[in-house]
Amino acid sequence: MIQVESLSVFYGERVAVQNATLIAPSGTITAIVGPSGCGKSSFLAALNRMTDLIPGARTEGTVRIHGQNTYGDDISPALLRRSIGMIFQKANPFPLSIRQNLQLALREHGVRQRPELESRTEAALRDVGLWDEVKDRLDQPALRLSGGQQQRLCIARAIILEPRVLLMDEPCSALDPIASAHVESLIQSFKGRYTILIVTHNLAQARRLADHLAVFWYEGEAGRIIEQGNATELFDNPQHPTVAAYLAGQRG
Amino acid sequence: MTWWSRNTSSQSRRDLALRWVARASSVLSAAVILLIFLFLLQEAAPALANIGISRFFTDTSWHPLSAQFNLVPMLMGTVLTTLGAVVIATPLGLAAAIYCVYFAPRGLATWYRRLIELMAGIPSVVFGLWGLVKLAPFIGQLGGSGQNLLTAMIVLSLMILPTVMLTTCSSMAAVPPELLRGGAALGLNRWSVVRRIVLPAARGGIGVGILLATARAVGETMAVLMVAGNVVEIPTSLLDPVRTLTANIALEMGYATTAHRSILFASGLLLMGLVACVALVAEVRKRSPHEL
Repeated sequence: MIQVESLSVFYGERVAVQNATLIAPSGTITAIVGPSGCGKSSFLAALNRMTDLIPGARTEGTVRIHGQNTYGDDISPALLRRSIGMIFQKANPFPLSIRQNLQLALREHGVRQRPELESRTEAALRDVGLWDEVKDRLDQPALRLSGGQQQRLCIARAIILEPRVLLMDEPCSALDPIASAHVESLIQSFKGRYTILIVTHNLAQARRLADHLAVFWYEGEAGRIIEQGNATELFDNPQHPTVAAYLAGQRG
Repeated sequence: MTWWSRNTSSQSRRDLALRWVARASSVLSAAVILLIFLFLLQEAAPALANIGISRFFTDTSWHPLSAQFNLVPMLMGTVLTTLGAVVIATPLGLAAAIYCVYFAPRGLATWYRRLIELMAGIPSVVFGLWGLVKLAPFIGQLGGSGQNLLTAMIVLSLMILPTVMLTTCSSMAAVPPELLRGGAALGLNRWSVVRRIVLPAARGGIGVGILLATARAVGETMAVLMVAGNVVEIPTSLLDPVRTLTANIALEMGYATTAHRSILFASGLLLMGLVACVALVAEVRKRSPHEL
């Protein structure tokens, strides 16, 4: 369960996200939609403190993930990020072999037994439907995989650490339609197993995937959540006129 | 109407003028290199023809006035000082670059970088002077005069350190930021990200930097001449004096005549060949970066 309360994200003087409040129950998929530049990615990055890496970035408000305060004094960002998988818009496999891509973080986090490394590698690759495609070439460079395969490898790389939460920042938008459908059905299959927050520009995808929908908009010099709720209800009966126009494809 | 104005009718006169100036200067610089090579070849030809390359390696010693032309001690001098310098400068340069790019506070990193850039501009004779007056007496405490292989390696390593560090900096800066974010998102700490992701990704560029530094070390003359002791012998310890090929040319060119003179040119050709080999390897590596 992710509980975000009045979260604001600042880059220097600029307000990227203002007072965002959102609750995502365990095992559900929450889609975050809205036009470009309205703070969706910043919101996502603040949840696992990736904003710490941006010089001049600052956050206010509270984030609780499974009851644990993300911004608590005793929290190590590295430990926190280990329990939260993050998938980026552009697949970013490391320039290493497929096997090393998956095992790098495991090794760094202290898993050294070969049988465990291998079995977790296989399990993660099976989970993303990549095992049969790559099982004979685990030692080949990950960069030789196709775009869609690379993105699934990145998903496998995240779930091999057994996170409970997955943050996905437009995971399909750089993929061709077939690869995109593949990744989308993968995300669908994760429902119930991970708590997923997915930023997407594809409203049809949001409608297919999401249990919960949050619409971001740039308003009053800052990105805000202007409406949120059960995805089906919100798609069928939006209250906010801007949201109605946006979801109907007339704005944004 | 000349042949070129037809092809380039859309360009202004000024473009044409610039284009010809650029063309002329590139032809000129290429021609100079070629002429130097031909000149070396011409001057070295008598030695290559009359004495033969094999005697450079089989003669009993280097006594050009008594027609003994063994270049092996000098070749060893060049190879050993260069290797030593690269072995010292590589870890230092890598560590400095990693600190500068990933760990130093931003203000400090900028100044640090400038300092290293400045270091690249110090004339080699100044390095030599420092090596002779300060470093050699210090090394001399270990035995001998202090003008020896070890001192030459250290002075040379300081001279190529900026090349290693600056090329490492720029190839690390070229690593896509999404890889760094990907590493951080997996909960890797900064050092792990650098060691496991950045260094493998930047390996190609770092290798090219090391090779460029090697080429510079091979060609360096003055500083090495001032601190290496210049005795013609194959060193058996780090504290033995050495003479490099470059130092040999500089030391003997003034009084060399006939065959002796021609052999110095032949050793210049040898140096050019060494540098060309290093540059060739660098070029090949540059073409296939980030490959596994």
